[in-house]
Amino acid sequence: METILAFLTGLLFAAGVYLLLRRSIVKLILGVMLLSHSINLLIFTAGGLHKGNPQFTDSVMEAGLTNPTDPLPQALILTAIVIGFGITAFFLALMYRFYQVTGTEDLDELKEGDTK
Amino acid sequence: MILPALPVLFPLITIIFLLINFQRREWQPWIGLTGSLLQLILAVFILIRVRYEGILVLHTGNWQAPFGITLVVDAFSSIMILLAGIIAVSISIYSFEAIDRQRQSFFYFPMVHGLLMGVNGAFVTGDIFNLYVWFEVMLMASFVLITLGGEKKQLRGAIKYVTLNLVSSLFFLAGIGLLYGKTGTLNMADLALKLSVANNNILINSSAVLFFVAFSIKSAVFPFFFWLPASYHTPPVAITALFAGLLTKVGVYAMIRFYTLFFVQDKLFWHPLFLWIGGFTMVVGVLTAASQYDIRKILSFHIISQIGYMIMGLGIFTVAGIAGAIFYMAHNIIAKTNTFLVAGLINRATGSYDLKSIGGLYKVRPWLAILFIIPAFGLAGIPPLSGFFGKLILISAGFNAGEYVISFIALAVGLFTLFSMVKIWNEAFWKARPENSGPSEGENEKLPVSMVLPVVFLGLLTLTMGFAVRPILDFAMDASLQLLNPGPYIEAVLGSDYLSH
Repeated sequence: METILAFLTGLLFAAGVYLLLRRSIVKLILGVMLLSHSINLLIFTAGGLHKGNPQFTDSVMEAGLTNPTDPLPQALILTAIVIGFGITAFFLALMYRFYQVTGTEDLDELKEGDTK
Repeated sequence: MILPALPVLFPLITIIFLLINFQRREWQPWIGLTGSLLQLILAVFILIRVRYEGILVLHTGNWQAPFGITLVVDAFSSIMILLAGIIAVSISIYSFEAIDRQRQSFFYFPMVHGLLMGVNGAFVTGDIFNLYVWFEVMLMASFVLITLGGEKKQLRGAIKYVTLNLVSSLFFLAGIGLLYGKTGTLNMADLALKLSVANNNILINSSAVLFFVAFSIKSAVFPFFFWLPASYHTPPVAITALFAGLLTKVGVYAMIRFYTLFFVQDKLFWHPLFLWIGGFTMVVGVLTAASQYDIRKILSFHIISQIGYMIMGLGIFTVAGIAGAIFYMAHNIIAKTNTFLVAGLINRATGSYDLKSIGGLYKVRPWLAILFIIPAFGLAGIPPLSGFFGKLILISAGFNAGEYVISFIALAVGLFTLFSMVKIWNEAFWKARPENSGPSEGENEKLPVSMVLPVVFLGLLTLTMGFAVRPILDFAMDASLQLLNPGPYIEAVLGSDYLSH
């Protein structure tokens, strides 16, 4: 399972980087989204994947079941997803405004202002 | 003890008051100012408490470390919180006149306090994932501030700013995930404990590099600085001054915290790297600044150059080196913000930031020239201003540690900084006004008091830091000693019971 997820993470990361390098702002945003999903999967995988019992529930505590799974990576991912969602919403609004003001979504239009 | 949480709660409460009264535009700046003043008083109080009682710890929700989120204020954090308070007050006063009504009524003040909340949160937290969350709070507020007003050039700058900062956050998150996978903890003190007995440098360095890239982008060091000069000159100057003072320094803060507390195993790899990166950052920043003619762009490139000095202090890694980095950071936050505020005044007086089209200001406004010269020569390192002592401490620490190359680079860069500052001085104040520039609107108006006051305040602080070096340096030395001997920090967070088994 780890191997599959590792490849999936790598694939998403590669796709994200590829999209970041395109000239369209829409693709830029999609790229950032893919990157953030691949990082979420990375945390999930790094936190350890194995079948185990849930933690902190009464029935488990009473039955004395061992081999618990770690719930923390999922909490981290949940937080990261929420933050990523907010940022994506902001980024989309920014892109829309940029398109309204400049009438283009070509990143090459950003070059002005860098050199002078 | 609730004290460590208050630097976060104060801005939050200010935001609530600002939002309740958002329709009363004339109240907004006053509420913002009250909030910042309270924050400054709180910061002084915390500084004194930390000085006399040692490290303050709060286990939120009473979850004991390392399971809950811990807030920790040690000497280094308390200095940074105080600096954030000083900048908050200055910007709040400056914004009365410098930010137009439209921006003020579109949540400018709530966003400034949102940014301060994120910055303070990053300074107090003792948990790496929580640090990520505070970074995001800070970034989100800064995204809104940099785009506020929606001018074309702002949007252009914002896209670069947003993209690169998001990528840096993702690197940070990846580092956290991998480190958690290896150690099973997110608490900084617990990480320090677990990594101190780890013996596989390659495994630790693979996460440490991710953190290094993330913080490098945030603090705009070579070769990750490109977003900064592309975006910092676009928003109104009060916002730029706030960013210049605080945002990049949060990155440096995190870098110093991480690489003194727990990534300390592989000194042979990291410390020369820091010195190289610091040297390149200084040189590239200062040389690119020399070719610019927009005041704000010159100053933006100087932010980069000066970050190099702080990274150099970290790379020297002696008590004097880290103390020098902290002293330099304190000096730089105050002087850098001040130069941007003065740039705003120059713009108010002449209607332009372009050095080619302004001139003769010394004749018209000699006081403005003096207000400029204090922070500018402070940055360049002319005695008796604060920058001189900051550089002196760092460079003598470098020589004592036997790092001659970086020390000579630092000396030479100081000279080039002086060149840039003298260039602004010559062009804006000394030379005659260019003939083709017509009379500008604000020429004979008095500059608004609310814009001059913070400049005077910060200028006095720069002077004070120059004349009262000893007590401030003692503070920085204390902070540096705490950073280099993390034992008490770890014990304060985890408690002696946890350490004994």
